[in-house]
Amino acid sequence: MSDVLIAARDLSVHFPLRGFVLGERPVVRACEGINLEIEKGSFFGLVGESGSGKTTLGRAMLRAAPISHGEVVYSDDEVTYDLGTLKGPELKDYRTRAQLIFQDPYAALSPRMTVRDIIAEPLEVMGLTSSREETDQRVREIAAKCRLNLEHLRRFPHAFSGGQRQRISIARALVSDPRFIVADESVAALDVSIQADVLNLLNKIQEESGITFLFISHDLSVIAHTCDFVAVMYLGQIVEAAPTRKLFSETAHPYTKALLSAIPSLDPDAQSRAQKLEGEIPSPINPPPGCRFNTRCPHARERCRSEVPEWREMSGGHHVACHFAEEID
Amino acid sequence: MSRPLISVENLTLRFRTDEGLVTAVNDVSFDIAPGEVLGLVGESGSGKSVTAKSLMMLNAENSVYDDDSRITLRVDDREIDVLSLRRPREQMIIRGGAISMIFQEPMASFAPAITIGNQMVEQLLIHSEMTKAEAKEVSIEMLARVGIPEPAQRFGQYAFEFSGGMRQRAMIAMALSTKPKLLIADEPTTALDVTIQAQVIELMKDLVAEFHMSILFITHDLGVIAQTADRVAVMYLGNLVETGTVRQVINSPAHPYTRGLLNSLPKLDDLDAPLTPVPGDIPSPLDRPSGCVFHTRCPEFIGDVCKQQVPETTVDSASHQVACHLATRGESA
Repeated sequence: MSDVLIAARDLSVHFPLRGFVLGERPVVRACEGINLEIEKGSFFGLVGESGSGKTTLGRAMLRAAPISHGEVVYSDDEVTYDLGTLKGPELKDYRTRAQLIFQDPYAALSPRMTVRDIIAEPLEVMGLTSSREETDQRVREIAAKCRLNLEHLRRFPHAFSGGQRQRISIARALVSDPRFIVADESVAALDVSIQADVLNLLNKIQEESGITFLFISHDLSVIAHTCDFVAVMYLGQIVEAAPTRKLFSETAHPYTKALLSAIPSLDPDAQSRAQKLEGEIPSPINPPPGCRFNTRCPHARERCRSEVPEWREMSGGHHVACHFAEEID
Repeated sequence: MSRPLISVENLTLRFRTDEGLVTAVNDVSFDIAPGEVLGLVGESGSGKSVTAKSLMMLNAENSVYDDDSRITLRVDDREIDVLSLRRPREQMIIRGGAISMIFQEPMASFAPAITIGNQMVEQLLIHSEMTKAEAKEVSIEMLARVGIPEPAQRFGQYAFEFSGGMRQRAMIAMALSTKPKLLIADEPTTALDVTIQAQVIELMKDLVAEFHMSILFITHDLGVIAQTADRVAVMYLGNLVETGTVRQVINSPAHPYTRGLLNSLPKLDDLDAPLTPVPGDIPSPLDRPSGCVFHTRCPEFIGDVCKQQVPETTVDSASHQVACHLATRGESA
């Protein structure tokens, strides 16, 4: 398939724990056996609770987290990189092609740099422009795209509100003209009235420039409104992935169902139809055997406790990892 | 309706800062009836936490209450003028006695070097006549009541040994063990995952019914409000812009800001609905707009009247109040 921009095959990310002398060293299995293909020009959503490994997966795709097993392959119309072995100038080149937008716009911007310098920094570090005029020109173009005006560029980040700061972060990510952007919880720190504005901006950028987005969020309703394709993660594994509409209309995995029903409804008269999950997410150091969701799953049976469910395709583009996806309602 | 448990009248609160007096809360009035859950909604900087903290006089040293601000708490046929309580001994009634509070960040609200159990016992010893042994028994009972497994063992553990959801449960157990009349819950589920949030909301609903207490529930999440509150008050930049029952406010919002908040929410049952942001950013409290504070962002701005005159609070129907010139003119939808 040529229209896939970045693909993870059997990807695992493990972090060894320090301080153990005897016996096998325990590892945190942040991601385990992930298979994922992100098509060019798509807005791909990754959803999961805290501790599910969604940030680690996003970082592995940027080669900002170690790839312990499996591979991540990036290929656009110019280059193809196997991220696990990338180094030197090729890694530098990949950094211009793939960028990250952080969660907290208050922590992500240096308080000592003007907005102009913040946006220009990637250009200077990566040597993408040859003169100051060219840099300024580029910064102004990008700033206009993100609705920042010239007056804003001279100021420091403290003078801006959360929404404006997030637009500055977005401008910085866009300035190196990337093909792939990982947006990690980019609206989680914003108020709802501002959140919609940033989401609309990201969607507009995606439509205009064809950049592929991996949009990481814990909020299914935000994902539903912005993404074309959604993958749901639980304890380091992807349990279900489908085109957005399909995921919401033909939800197959019991975890996805529980997530959907846990979102508080805006209708005060709605009967609470929450399929309540018992307990909390287990530790990724010692994940449960078999299906990792079996300790909280309302439908868990004997087979779930012993046999790891296969990652299989149910219908066009709809994948699920559950033994009984067809049977449960 | 019975007499309100607590009445807040004309509450105006300013902070003395190097840049002058900053108005955080401006002429806010509301009541909470016994057994009622009042949801207080607003974005960051709208003054909702500051309002709640003034019920317990927890605002910082540099806060200045206006002279006609009044908070009246009614317990056991007594009327207590909250803002006149000066000495710590007098303030015990509003700090853990009749009013308890649970906070947003459960990790930061427990002392890290004292066991959860000792923290629970300590406040029981202060606020009741119990002996230490009785207090321990009550604490373990409360931990069990909020669904913490093996409460006797958990009693001796520290906050870091609890997970996020469990800490919030322990926080609730602690706040309720003194049997307060009013519980202030400041964004109690914001730091939690949705599945855990659903558990905590369920628990709080059960407890309201069981203990018959009132809750002031602060959140920015209208979905959470819709599922928990009886009445809703919407705040913007220190002002109360709309108050009403949860059905009135969510099903037929009268203030343009409330409508804007609802329109900007992504809705799961209609994926094609556009997300409409409220235009612009929240102004700085140092630079409060004249007239109606929302006029700088209001999509239904009708001209000079919004800029120059502070809108009066009008009563739309019984219990539904809104502060907007559109409503005053009878043009509101």
